[in-house]
Amino acid sequence: MDTLAHLANGFALALTPINLLWCLVGVTVGTAIGVLPGLGPALTIALLLPLTYKVDATSAFILFAGIYYGAMYGGSTTSILLNTPGESATIVTSLEGNRMARSGRAGAALSTAAIGSFVAGTIGTIGLTFAAEPVVRFALKFGPAEYFSLMVLSFVTVSAVLGSSALRGLTALAVGIFLGMIGIDLQTGQPRFAFGVTELLDGINVLIVAVGLFAVGETLYLAAHGKRGPQEVLVVKDSIWMSAADWARSWKPWLRGSFLGFPIGAMPAGGAEVPTFLSYWMEKRFSKHKEEFGTVGAIEGVAGPEAANNASAAGVLVPMLALGLPTSATAAIMLSAFQSYGINPGPQLLDTQPALVWSLIASLYIGNVMLLVLNLPLVGLWVKILKVPEPLLYAGILVFATIGTYGISRSVVDLLLLYTMGVMGYLMRRFDFPTAPVIIGMILGPLAEQEFRRAMTISQGDLTIFFTRPLSLTLLVIAALAVAGPYLAKLVRKPAAG
Amino acid sequence: MPDGAGQDRQGNRGDLAIGAGIILLSLALAWQASVIPGSASYAQVGADVFPWIVSAMLFMLGIFLTLAALRGGWSHEIEDAPESTDWRSLGWVALGLIINAAAIEYIGFILVSTVMFALIARGFGSTQPIRDAAIGFALALVSYVGFDRVLGYKIGSGLIESLI
Repeated sequence: MDTLAHLANGFALALTPINLLWCLVGVTVGTAIGVLPGLGPALTIALLLPLTYKVDATSAFILFAGIYYGAMYGGSTTSILLNTPGESATIVTSLEGNRMARSGRAGAALSTAAIGSFVAGTIGTIGLTFAAEPVVRFALKFGPAEYFSLMVLSFVTVSAVLGSSALRGLTALAVGIFLGMIGIDLQTGQPRFAFGVTELLDGINVLIVAVGLFAVGETLYLAAHGKRGPQEVLVVKDSIWMSAADWARSWKPWLRGSFLGFPIGAMPAGGAEVPTFLSYWMEKRFSKHKEEFGTVGAIEGVAGPEAANNASAAGVLVPMLALGLPTSATAAIMLSAFQSYGINPGPQLLDTQPALVWSLIASLYIGNVMLLVLNLPLVGLWVKILKVPEPLLYAGILVFATIGTYGISRSVVDLLLLYTMGVMGYLMRRFDFPTAPVIIGMILGPLAEQEFRRAMTISQGDLTIFFTRPLSLTLLVIAALAVAGPYLAKLVRKPAAG
Repeated sequence: MPDGAGQDRQGNRGDLAIGAGIILLSLALAWQASVIPGSASYAQVGADVFPWIVSAMLFMLGIFLTLAALRGGWSHEIEDAPESTDWRSLGWVALGLIINAAAIEYIGFILVSTVMFALIARGFGSTQPIRDAAIGFALALVSYVGFDRVLGYKIGSGLIESLI
């Protein structure tokens, strides 16, 4: 059992006092930012990227992983008590969770969400533990052509398939790839897209783009279109310890959600929206209390989607760690953290950095236990954070945005770039463009270009290499179908309907 | 409904501007791609290939977005789309950001953050500027010490910074 031996080593590293401390800081910060509406793990990890110059890689990734998992837990508290979900994956939790809270069952809803997150997070992490090596073994057969095609597939699914509009998703992706290409081309030394600005020759830091899009953009949007006045935070009236009946109704949805969320999250498409919606739909069908759905709130409708959400978060780490393929904005930013340590993410990561990867995975198990404690007995603390008035919250966010940007370069140009990204983030929000493809395109674009060039060097400039290798062809065909599929279906259906 | 029609037209205009903006961006990228020298070697993909691909992609997407805007646009279909823009709020926030960028080099992070904090809080409807400034100052001070002195960020010097 090679995997278990590796995992044991990982635990030995993760259980050192200093790394336990990083994990605790991570899950605490993660829960807090998950609770605060409008803040997410991608933004927070981006703001903490400069730590990579100061802290060793293992500690930094334990911190980031804690933030990543913590934000998932915190987000459910907000969607149950506030009904203004920060990210789309928690919308489903708010459907039933908020109704439960309104009918005096907030405690049970918070409890099933937290325990469900723990169960799913643990199952997901076990999945990650045992899936990573097989995926790597499979990926070792990949050449540059297969990698390029896999990245194309990933691009297409994160931007065109999962959003509200393929057109707007692909536009966001293309803008991201453009941003990632700015600066000196590493292979030829040519400056690209610098527009004659010296500061752009070093490229744009992903921190600036992420913080601009997520923090400044959100602040501008809420200033322009937000509703003023204090938000209504629902009160937790009942016990946060579930009754026997609640347990009986929750455990199956937890398991179903976990087994739905993990594999979907682990696919190159990623995303938590699909599994959470599927889980909600499934629980509604299976429930013996259908009358509670949409009225007083059904506990199954919180337990299932919450589990699916957390399990898919663990699933996203499979392609990230095993293939170097990020399928969410947060994973993309973590990938850029690997790069700033000079570590090449990809199938060789498990071989070259076993200590790092396995201590990261071990810290996920530990973090999950910490999060259960932080989110159940201490839930009152997070409810207080929810009550931070909006003016102070957004003013504070921009102070941190300044630290993250100006604090790494002391360059006013970077601040102006941050504001430019903020205006872009505002427009994207206003005109319904997804923002995650920008970050993914920015990180994955240059990697895709690198694989493309390698493949072309191997084939001596022959483009057909992407179509003559069976695996590469398969991936490209799936990608093409994913984009064209909905249009083709429309074409087929139209004559029949007419 | 004349009201709805008016809104549609306005939504349309915004969508049209976005489509046109993307086309303009793609042209700017094509111009930048054209100044990158290509590769001399036949088997090597030059530095200009991907820039050309991205600008072509954006050009096509811009055309499609413009067409979508001309066919009625998409932004009126967005759920809870904003009905109006609060220019006063936006103005306070923008003022805070501009002052931050303009003065941070001269008076330092802590003081300028205090001003920005109060202005943004004002934009979000707070009516207690003195209290906001005090909170902003405390937050800036604590995070300066935490990030600059402990975590090793380099936030630079300033009037208050030189005192601690």
